[in-house]
Amino acid sequence: MVLNIFTDIHNLLLEYMSEEATHITELILIAAAYLGIFAILGLLLVWLERRVAGFFQLRLGPNRVGPFGLFQTIADALKLVSKELTGTVKADSQLYRIAPYFVITTALMSLALIPFSQEIQAFDINIGLFFLTSVSSIGVIGIFLAGWASNNKYSLIGGMRTGIQMISYELSVGMAIVTMVVLAGTLQISEIIELQKDGWFIFQGHIPAVIAFMIFMIAGTAESNRVPFDLVEAESELGAGFHTEYSGMNFAYYFLAEFVNMFIIASIAVVLFFGGWLSPFGITDAIPFAGLFWFTIKVIGVIFLFMWFRWTFPRFRIDQLLTLEWKYLLPINMVNIVLMALMVWLGLTL
Amino acid sequence: MERIIFYIIAVLMIIFAVMAVSNRNIMRSIIYLLFVLIGMAGIYFMIEFFFLGAVQLTVYAGGIIVLYVNSVMLVEKINTPLPPTPFWRKLLAGGISLAGIVLTLIAVWSHNFVNIAESQAKETSIEDIGLAFLNYGDKGYILPFEVISILLLAAMVGAIVIAKTNKPQKSNEQK
Repeated sequence: MVLNIFTDIHNLLLEYMSEEATHITELILIAAAYLGIFAILGLLLVWLERRVAGFFQLRLGPNRVGPFGLFQTIADALKLVSKELTGTVKADSQLYRIAPYFVITTALMSLALIPFSQEIQAFDINIGLFFLTSVSSIGVIGIFLAGWASNNKYSLIGGMRTGIQMISYELSVGMAIVTMVVLAGTLQISEIIELQKDGWFIFQGHIPAVIAFMIFMIAGTAESNRVPFDLVEAESELGAGFHTEYSGMNFAYYFLAEFVNMFIIASIAVVLFFGGWLSPFGITDAIPFAGLFWFTIKVIGVIFLFMWFRWTFPRFRIDQLLTLEWKYLLPINMVNIVLMALMVWLGLTL
Repeated sequence: MERIIFYIIAVLMIIFAVMAVSNRNIMRSIIYLLFVLIGMAGIYFMIEFFFLGAVQLTVYAGGIIVLYVNSVMLVEKINTPLPPTPFWRKLLAGGISLAGIVLTLIAVWSHNFVNIAESQAKETSIEDIGLAFLNYGDKGYILPFEVISILLLAAMVGAIVIAKTNKPQKSNEQK
């Protein structure tokens, strides 16, 4: 049914213009659709975060603007759009301006690989997961640049902390992914989901898969710079960290990108461990839009877990953060990969 | 279509490459270099060699540039441009670059390119690459692969040794 809509649009465009022009128009339409998804996701997740925060702290959270306060974040976004873009005189203006776009662009590029359902995936390549990790490794440059170009000591310290943190934890995220790739035997995202028809990978790979999932969740939280690991913008020490000097939409870009990155990490977790858009036991295979529904439900579940972390754990110190990564997660991860390889070799997977 | 995109990427890459070497602010130079490297990855993606494109992004854009940015952040202050280059050095660099361009153009023009039909060109999958790396047969790359892994191991051990040099002496002094 979704496919039908896409082919309808394709045919409609073909009636009015040449094949080449149709191709370009479709590319532009898809890009616009993804920009829309990006904005909506960001706003929705900010709202969800505030509601969940209210829930955990026994208060209501935003509930005045629209039903359940759904339009609160839209009002906030309008306010941010209308604000003046200020900058400091002593900042390196060129780098200061382009820094937010690194973060936004990489988040958008990663979003193209996310399979929302069987049909809705913009870019399904042979090396899907590898491409995801390689693109997201560029995002950190935006944060570095923001910290450096602002010419502000808090920004600089925030930027340096991010660099250390993201480079360290990228390793754990990558190795947790590799553990699951050993089980899957492919990097293509659609194939990984197909392989989980008989059982999600977290059940197929049982013990090592559960360990990999826990490591992935910890490292993923650190990768998206969220609380326990939000030293980057530790409010009590650094003002707002690397984006202290940013205002209006420039600030909002960082804010949105952070939430979209959380969505991307949750999506990877869902794809690798919980079968992506597959329904449990294949109960709704016949219904056309069910994939989108199950994918959304699962991702929101994982995101809720992230938010649960946020309002439960206090912040780490930088040395504790690095000890956790290099002395605990990394060795456990290495042993885990060997364990997973052994299980696959001996056929002990379920 | 593809040709237009190629020329856009190529022109952007040349502009940014020139800006990277001519700019006197080191952080800006690094960012221009990053754009050149991303353009390179873009060309790999355009010829549908995704693996090499992703490696380019991970190793150069995500690894080396991040390392550069990190080290510049530690040593360099903002608003301190490098001293201007002496004229003879500019002349030398320009001459060498020109010689390089001439050499490349001669090589490209004299080479007889074979046009491979699209049906013959096959997409390199990750399985092919993995098997080629671990193959000790005719088209295998097991020896370079192992040599590189030993080199990386040596580099890691070296980094640890350098990082740990002063530790025991300090603890003796404290006693």
